[in-house]
Amino acid sequence: MRTPSVKRLLSPQLVALLGVLLFNWIVFPGFFDVAWRDGRLFGSLIDVINRGAPVAILSIGMTAIIATRGVDLSVGAVMAVAGAVAATCAVTGQPVIIMLLAPLAVGMLCGLWNGFLVSILSIQPFVATLVLMVAGRGVAQLITEGSIVTFNDPVLIFIGTGSFLGLPMPAVIAIALMVGAHLLVRRTAIGLFIEAIGVNRSAANFTALRSRSLVLAIYAFGGVCAAIAGTIAAGDIRGADANNTGLWLELDAILAVVIGGTSLMGGRFSIPLSVVGALIIQAMNTGILVSGFPPEFNLIVKAGLIIIILVLQSAKLAPALHRIFKQRPVKPSIQTSEKTG
Amino acid sequence: MNIFRTLALSASMMVLGCSTALAANLTIGFSQIGSESGWRAAETSVTKAEAEKRGIKLKFADAQQKQENQIKAIRGFIAQGVDAILVAPVVATGWENVLTEAKEAKIPVILLDRGIDAPKDLYLTSVASDQVKEGRVAGEWLVKTVGSKPCKVVELQGTVGSTPAINRKKGFEEAIAGQKNISIVRSQTGDFTRAKGKEVMEGFLKAENGGKDICAMYAHNDDMAVGGIQAIKDAGLKPGKDILVVSIDAVPDIFQAMAAGEANATVELTPNMAGPALDALAAFLKDKKQPEKFIITESKLYTPADDPKGEYERRKGLGY
Repeated sequence: MRTPSVKRLLSPQLVALLGVLLFNWIVFPGFFDVAWRDGRLFGSLIDVINRGAPVAILSIGMTAIIATRGVDLSVGAVMAVAGAVAATCAVTGQPVIIMLLAPLAVGMLCGLWNGFLVSILSIQPFVATLVLMVAGRGVAQLITEGSIVTFNDPVLIFIGTGSFLGLPMPAVIAIALMVGAHLLVRRTAIGLFIEAIGVNRSAANFTALRSRSLVLAIYAFGGVCAAIAGTIAAGDIRGADANNTGLWLELDAILAVVIGGTSLMGGRFSIPLSVVGALIIQAMNTGILVSGFPPEFNLIVKAGLIIIILVLQSAKLAPALHRIFKQRPVKPSIQTSEKTG
Repeated sequence: MNIFRTLALSASMMVLGCSTALAANLTIGFSQIGSESGWRAAETSVTKAEAEKRGIKLKFADAQQKQENQIKAIRGFIAQGVDAILVAPVVATGWENVLTEAKEAKIPVILLDRGIDAPKDLYLTSVASDQVKEGRVAGEWLVKTVGSKPCKVVELQGTVGSTPAINRKKGFEEAIAGQKNISIVRSQTGDFTRAKGKEVMEGFLKAENGGKDICAMYAHNDDMAVGGIQAIKDAGLKPGKDILVVSIDAVPDIFQAMAAGEANATVELTPNMAGPALDALAAFLKDKKQPEKFIITESKLYTPADDPKGEYERRKGLGY
């Protein structure tokens, strides 16, 4: 049965994304212009997917973590650590394979640490990951000694600014990761396990689900996602900026997941919709840049749009809106579409 | 000529000799904000070098962005009976009590880099740059460079509401105010970072006809300019030629860009706040000479004519 996919096209998130894009088009008529330049696509729309990629990648890991009723505040700091490791490897002339794997390994280590605190020691995720959020940036500053470590390594630069089939490399990586993660959770039972843990962890334990190791693995995955985003961010500016890389991006990632309809109380989740959430956030950022608004209005415009989007999909208002548009209530439709999709 | 030179040399040698002799057994406490930026790290290393050059023993305290740590550090310095205290204050308010304690202990305090809201008799002097002037120097360079040609400028602002962003914008606007041919067409915040500078410039390039309408990019700091330069290159234009690049701070990486012909001018925010501070202190300790209350550092303009390669080499070891 493929009917749910039609429903998914009409999901409030995609409607919101289209709305933001249309708004951008109104304030800047050239918004949808895409040109072919130097073997790559070039245009504001491409900027949205390119710039949105790091937060989208963070939101993929964050979705799985939030679905287990957790949260990871450390992803921004882990980005900085991974970027610092990648840059240091590049500067010290390590082989390419080490330069690419070392940041991922460090990211996984950070994730395992978070997972250890949450899953083995049962510390509240908010507090457990706060530790690394603060300490991680310090570690990154230690690695870079407080300065911006610049490099000229072609591989890292390609990851940050290269293109594949005309698309920016960060976007290609984000799409591949999204498809891979989505298939992994929906074509196997892992997605169901995650939802079971998020809804009721003790009940999940009673069904002989090994929730400890699964939660540990999910936080490790979140750390790897952050490391990928951090490597991209470093490649993008050809340097590791420990003070600013990923600063506050954990909040953008959480917001993307929430816009994507995943509940902070755990349970039902959707990775593709979180990515759409990340694109909505970036579409707003890019829109503000091309619109010519004075920067003092940036946060107000962003906050206003986000409030509208969240209100539109709130538990009370969304079913009413769907009734107006003669559709089935939103909650069951998303659940069935996700479970079967 | 030669006599004059010898005289001047010997005079300066004498001054140098006096100040080192005087400073030889000085101990000075330095409460630094933290290491949040490359510039801050450079300020720390230059301060240490300036103290060492004068034979001063420097006690260093990193406050990690917290005023309470700075107050603790200053109290510690007072208890240790240092000869003077240098403070780079993290915030403007809340210093009266601890500075009064220092005053009662007869320890002179010198503010570096930032001012405070406190009675002026609580500190000996403050050494800082004039941020409005920095913007003005950048603007004047642009006015002189473009002459009477029409020029659309895009501006990468610092963090919204921060003092350097407000002042550097103000100074630049003052400098171009009389010029009808120069106008700022786009202005957005890049939060003083490379990544945001690049993202904002990407947006500007799309919004201004692929960048063909932009004649110059003015960035409130070099880091944003470095990001913007990458965006200009990605758009298929030549930074430094198709789009003029002028920014502020004079960090090593902008000199690298300048050497490659991708940046045109930068205005220095010197990390050497300690040099003038220690000179004023030496004069004060020697013959009770009250220094000026506000010592303003020079806002020097650097262009490709000023040996960017050499400047890069000179600065890269400072911890930027």
